[in-house]
Amino acid sequence: MADKHTTAYGGRKNSYYLSMFLKGGIRAFVIAVISNIICTLCVTVVPLIISFTIDSVLGDEPVTGIFAEAVKLFGGIENVRANIWIPAAVIAAIALLNALFSYANTYFNNYGNQTLVRNMRDGLFSHVQRLPLSRQSLNSTGDIIQRCTSDVWNLSNFISNQFVSLLRIVITIVISVAFMFSMNVVLACVSSSLIVVITTVSMLIRRVMFRRFTECDEQEGILSAYAQENLTGVRVVRAFGREKHERDKFEKQNEKYTKLWSKTGKVTALYWMSTEFLNTLQLMIIIVTGTFFCIDGKLTAGDLVAFISYNTLLVTPLRELGRIISQMSRAGVALGRICKVMDSEAEETGENAGKLAGHVSFCNVSFGYGDKPVLKDVSFTVPQGSVLGIVGATGSGKSTIAGLAARLFEPDSGAIYIGDKNLAELSLATVRNNVGLVLQEGYVYSRTIRENIAMAAEEASDDKIRETARTVCLDKSIASFKDGYDTVVGERGVTLSGGQKQRLNIARALMKNTPVLIFDDSLSAVDSETDAEIRKNLKERFKGTTVIIISHRLTTVMDADNIIVLDDGVIAESGTNAELLAKGGIYSKIYQMQTALPDELKGGAL
Amino acid sequence: MTGSNSEMKTVGAFATLGRFMGRHKGLLIIMLISELLISATSIISPLFQSYAIDNFIALNTTSGLPAFIAVYCVIIVISSALQYVETRTGINLEMYLLRDMRRAAFNHLQTLSVEYFNVNSVGVLHARVMSDTEKIGGIVVWDGNHGIRHIIYVVGAITVMLSLNPLLALCVLCIVPVIALTTVLFQRRLIALNRKERDINAKITGGFNEGITGAATTKTLAVEEKLEKSFFSNTSEMKRQSMKLVHYRSMFYSIITFASSLALAAVLWYGGIITVEQMIGIGTLSVFMTYAQGLVAPVQWAIYALSDIMGVKVNLERLNSLLNTESGVADTPEVIEKYGDSFNPKRENWEKPEGNVKFENVSFRYPDGGDYVLENFDLDVPAGTSVAIVGETGAGKSTLVNLICRFYEPTSGRILIDGRDARERSVGWLHSNIGYVLQSPHLFSGTVRENLLYGKPDATEQELDEAVKRVGADKVIAKLEDGYDSFIGEGGGTLSTGEKQLISFARALIVDPALFILDEATSSIDTLTEKAVQDAVETVMRGRTTFMIAHRLSTVRSSDVILVVKDGKIIERGNHNELLKMKGYYYELYIKQFREL
Repeated sequence: MADKHTTAYGGRKNSYYLSMFLKGGIRAFVIAVISNIICTLCVTVVPLIISFTIDSVLGDEPVTGIFAEAVKLFGGIENVRANIWIPAAVIAAIALLNALFSYANTYFNNYGNQTLVRNMRDGLFSHVQRLPLSRQSLNSTGDIIQRCTSDVWNLSNFISNQFVSLLRIVITIVISVAFMFSMNVVLACVSSSLIVVITTVSMLIRRVMFRRFTECDEQEGILSAYAQENLTGVRVVRAFGREKHERDKFEKQNEKYTKLWSKTGKVTALYWMSTEFLNTLQLMIIIVTGTFFCIDGKLTAGDLVAFISYNTLLVTPLRELGRIISQMSRAGVALGRICKVMDSEAEETGENAGKLAGHVSFCNVSFGYGDKPVLKDVSFTVPQGSVLGIVGATGSGKSTIAGLAARLFEPDSGAIYIGDKNLAELSLATVRNNVGLVLQEGYVYSRTIRENIAMAAEEASDDKIRETARTVCLDKSIASFKDGYDTVVGERGVTLSGGQKQRLNIARALMKNTPVLIFDDSLSAVDSETDAEIRKNLKERFKGTTVIIISHRLTTVMDADNIIVLDDGVIAESGTNAELLAKGGIYSKIYQMQTALPDELKGGAL
Repeated sequence: MTGSNSEMKTVGAFATLGRFMGRHKGLLIIMLISELLISATSIISPLFQSYAIDNFIALNTTSGLPAFIAVYCVIIVISSALQYVETRTGINLEMYLLRDMRRAAFNHLQTLSVEYFNVNSVGVLHARVMSDTEKIGGIVVWDGNHGIRHIIYVVGAITVMLSLNPLLALCVLCIVPVIALTTVLFQRRLIALNRKERDINAKITGGFNEGITGAATTKTLAVEEKLEKSFFSNTSEMKRQSMKLVHYRSMFYSIITFASSLALAAVLWYGGIITVEQMIGIGTLSVFMTYAQGLVAPVQWAIYALSDIMGVKVNLERLNSLLNTESGVADTPEVIEKYGDSFNPKRENWEKPEGNVKFENVSFRYPDGGDYVLENFDLDVPAGTSVAIVGETGAGKSTLVNLICRFYEPTSGRILIDGRDARERSVGWLHSNIGYVLQSPHLFSGTVRENLLYGKPDATEQELDEAVKRVGADKVIAKLEDGYDSFIGEGGGTLSTGEKQLISFARALIVDPALFILDEATSSIDTLTEKAVQDAVETVMRGRTTFMIAHRLSTVRSSDVILVVKDGKIIERGNHNELLKMKGYYYELYIKQFREL
């Protein structure tokens, strides 16, 4: 069994997850790419037409190649010369084509991107929900949320904006270079060699940027976590008057993060400077060299104009290339962070195999966190339909028993059986649909009370919801709310009091109608009167359910069929209330303390 | 929201942005100047090529070429240097802007009342500090920056073209009204769609928050699939909305691009005609072509920048509204004058309280509506008195505590501390004199020591040990590997609830406050530990004004005054014996505890 605390990876590469996320979007991307190619072709063809017009229509150069064929279509060169609107019209037609395919390009690119984003979000949500609990406490909430939101945004932003441009740039460069070579090889060599230099410089700087960006993102994660904690713990901050401390702490990290970015800015600026320099130098070289060639007759003025046109066409894309490459670094980092989450071990819920019989037994179960043992060789049985009470000091292992029974984590050794079936051999879905565990601090979902109560129920009629609310003595409180059952609660349920939250919790679990119910100190915020009434209602309406009650309050477990007392991870005593009292051990001691009759009640003052 | 109201919102938002940017005037100016100069060089550049064509090629001479090259080189060096400056200042400006905005949002949140946090979720507020600011910074600096460059290019190019040949220039310029008209037509639709997209995005972020924070509960209920279903429906809706937006945006873009290409065709046609007629040289024609093509990118760029700015308006408005929110509980300027505020306390002016608390005709109801929880309530608590509040679970018990801590202000009436209205002294003063142990313990990620010293960082090791021992938390710390230096995760992740309680108890004790408030603190610790804590509480209670909320009557017995709450109202008060004699509600509660014997 895997160690609970390693960040065990599935060992899959980013490309695996990326292809998983791309499902359903590939076709759209393909259409986008094709449209993109057509668009770029349209755009790159235009300078040729312009140069042809300048040389052969306005000037006297002979008509060659494809243009000879095209010119024949339009009635010969003389006709075209007299009707200069013809080449203009051709350009306009190409522009129309460009507009149509440009729409297709953007639309389908975004379609593919939106599919990708949706898949990523859905995938992350499913996965993150299922991260085993031990893992959760190690990675801060703020950090995980940043990956699901900010990183996804970065990646999608890159794909919808920059990725399209990248393709266009590459295609533009390839086609432009091809055309340039067809005009004058030497000049084309000059032009393309500089392109190679620029690309090399970009890649070198990219590597440095990548490292810096990763550092920056990590620091942002820390800052984000500070903010998250501060906002969640606002009452503590206020109660202790530590606003200044919090402010300074945040500011320190804020400064650190900003400084790091500023440092990274140096590298970025260096990149842009060198790109600018090389671009403009290239243009100058072309103009000067081209001038010489023109004077020598090796090049026509029209061709030079075309060359310069292609150069102009390349400037912005090449400039963008640098920005895109750096964005690519960020996108790569973002993808990496997303995949890291996806790759971490998660629970597989599996299929619900149906209802089990309700008797529970723990056989030689041991469990610990690292070196700290929590349960040592614990064994007990709970017959179907009976009630087991578990008491013990803080940290004696009570909640651990609850967690193990609901398979929130696995025992280190030993086995747990429900209805004669070993928990480890059942799917998680089966276990959790048969064991209703009521946590001490349950989460209230951002929905109505009605929806919260009915959360885990397959069929949830209003009557059933009301009945369950009555069982937990919550219906009166709900009636006092303005919107009653339709009141929206949530985000840690701040509008509900602690007792209301706990009762909501219990109601939710009851709706599932599981053969086994475990209450992990889930009545702690409820007063003793309500506590007793709830238990009475449960007894009446949920006969046959196996119940395990964990509590500090002896009155809660006193009339259980069997009670076990945990002390430092082992069962110190067990028996009924009467038996335990007779033993005169730990239980008896606690009993004395909790129920010491005051003088005023002794002697029949009742 | 009326039209003028939303306009005011926008104006206010941009005014705030202006204030933030104003703090970095220097950087802004440098960036603008370098931007201006870069634009100038990019306008001049095409002229080099036309000069070369018309003067060297057409005249078939190379005289004057060296000078030409020299001037050209100077321009190249200048433009490259400018690029470095522009990028560097741009990045710094963006980062400083972000830093300032984050700081402002975070700090302001520290001053807002607890009520604000009840109404606004953590996810939303976190987004204000981190995501909204990020979007604003990125878009304002870079879109703004490049926008300027492009605008200058366009203006400069137009000027040059008009001076060369006005009619030809007109061919190029006719795209401007087309662009303007199209933008106006599409703008409203795009804004509305943008807003819808943002709303769904907020739902999705909330969904993530829920999925992660509520994971344990989700597992126990086995409702992962149910949560997924509602999450998936949100993401699908998002996709639909986004595609609608994309459709309009792409149409917009295509129309604009087509228009600029038509302009190019027009230049070729008319320009071709007048070139043949020798009115302009081929060099000039090529300049027009270059400008015409060169105008395409800035125009396209302007479109994207425009929609970005439409988007960022929302972020700005949200940030602005946060910064303008006033706290429900705030000190008056006079109070701040004397006592300082939460960031700069003037501790030398802080009186040491004796601990007399008095509720004078206090009525209170929570701001989000509902009945009055307290009505004309009077209570006199001399220093050293311990008050216990017992009763049903539900609203009412926490209310008194919320009022004393000034998490809320009374709707009417006043609360006196040492004979003076609490509002006459600062909130910070009050909090430094209260030890507060909460209902659900919240510890921060850090070491145990850091958490314990949270209220009093300069406490001595001895004070630390003493407080820890009195509360019985020493056993908890002994179990940890690194003792006081053990790291506890976010929210105190690796400790059990009971252990967290003990630590937060010790934390409150170290402060050695004049007022002590326990809010259902001892309800989730086991009896043995609870007994130890009870003993400690009793020791602490001596000579200190204490308010305790509990539903376990055994912990309340030794209080001087007991307030019994039912249905949100205080129905009985007195000490333990008096209440028993009354044989009222308290008596009933007390007896019930032992009924099963």
